[in-house]
Amino acid sequence: MTELILKCLELFATFFKIGLFTFGGGYAMLPMMQEAVLEKNWASEAELINFIAVSESTPGSFAVNMSTYIGTEQAGFLGAFFATLGVVLPSFIIILIVARCYAKFQSSKIVKGCMSGLKPCVVGLIGAAVINIAATVLFPNGISYSAFSGANIYISFVIFALMAVLAFKKVHPILIICMSAVIGVAVGYGFNLTV
Amino acid sequence: MTRKEKLKRILSLFLTFLKIGGFTFGGGYAMIPLIQKEVVDNKKWVTDDDILEIIAIAESTPGPIAINSATFIGYKTCGFFGSFFATLGVVLPSFVIIMIIAFLLNGFAEITAVKYAFFGIRAGVLALLLKSFWGMFKKCPKNVVAYSIAAAAFIASILSLDTLVIIISAAVIGLTASFIAAKREVK
Repeated sequence: MTELILKCLELFATFFKIGLFTFGGGYAMLPMMQEAVLEKNWASEAELINFIAVSESTPGSFAVNMSTYIGTEQAGFLGAFFATLGVVLPSFIIILIVARCYAKFQSSKIVKGCMSGLKPCVVGLIGAAVINIAATVLFPNGISYSAFSGANIYISFVIFALMAVLAFKKVHPILIICMSAVIGVAVGYGFNLTV
Repeated sequence: MTRKEKLKRILSLFLTFLKIGGFTFGGGYAMIPLIQKEVVDNKKWVTDDDILEIIAIAESTPGPIAINSATFIGYKTCGFFGSFFATLGVVLPSFVIIMIIAFLLNGFAEITAVKYAFFGIRAGVLALLLKSFWGMFKKCPKNVVAYSIAAAAFIASILSLDTLVIIISAAVIGLTASFIAAKREVK
């Protein structure tokens, strides 16, 4: 029982921190999420990438989906509840405060100054997250010469390249995920891959 | 507003955001058009200008855009309880769906076909992330200070520096740079 309470507290505190310090929409939360989840051993990098696909194909924001998922995995319903509460609470409180003094907030030189640093920072962080994820996708067992002897890395790269072209042609993300899954299954059985 | 009207409106807020939360895939910005349609065109709770305000605020406050906009519109429409129920509404659908998926995934993860599917999916996700990164890169302010901060954050993150430290340093550097720029302008 005490263990469950401690786990829920840890989930709440971790996701509260993530909710409080990530600016911008979409995958802005990814770098902090990645760091926290890997550090605490709550999921492997591959599981995290799998979950990005799940999050893209289900309604709702990435942050809520992710906190609910990790919370459920770690401590069932209560875990999901406290992780999600943690990620939601900072924005809820801050927006309540900002909504009262919007004009002041909007013209604040301090807010503008901080944002001029935060925006490019998020771009840099996401860039690094993409590199990390590329390493996991292409070299799931670590970067080494032996990675190039199997077919996996070449197949992954071809799927990635193909989907990147489609993504930039504005094909819907869910369609891209479905096609990747179908190709994965077909090629997996065709080449009898070990994944 | 009488008490009854207020209760009605709070219920309506909850249901509207439940719908928004349940039917937008990809989260965040993908929600804005639906929010606009439901809250501005149908319910007339807020105006188009408010929506622009919300986007501006969401971009300069922490947290997911979905939560930011639900809280803000809820507050504008019906005070604290409005914001509470709008936020609850927008979160609830993903919460329930993901809990179900989490239980299902555990049972299916070991099936070979599922493993192969996720092998393919991971490569597809990498493509999606690259596209998303490119979109953010294009929106990034284009000046030497911004590019330097982006590059520094990238390198620091690759070197596994604590993300929180990187974020706070970037805010401080941005603030300092903007004050220096303002001072120069005065001179």
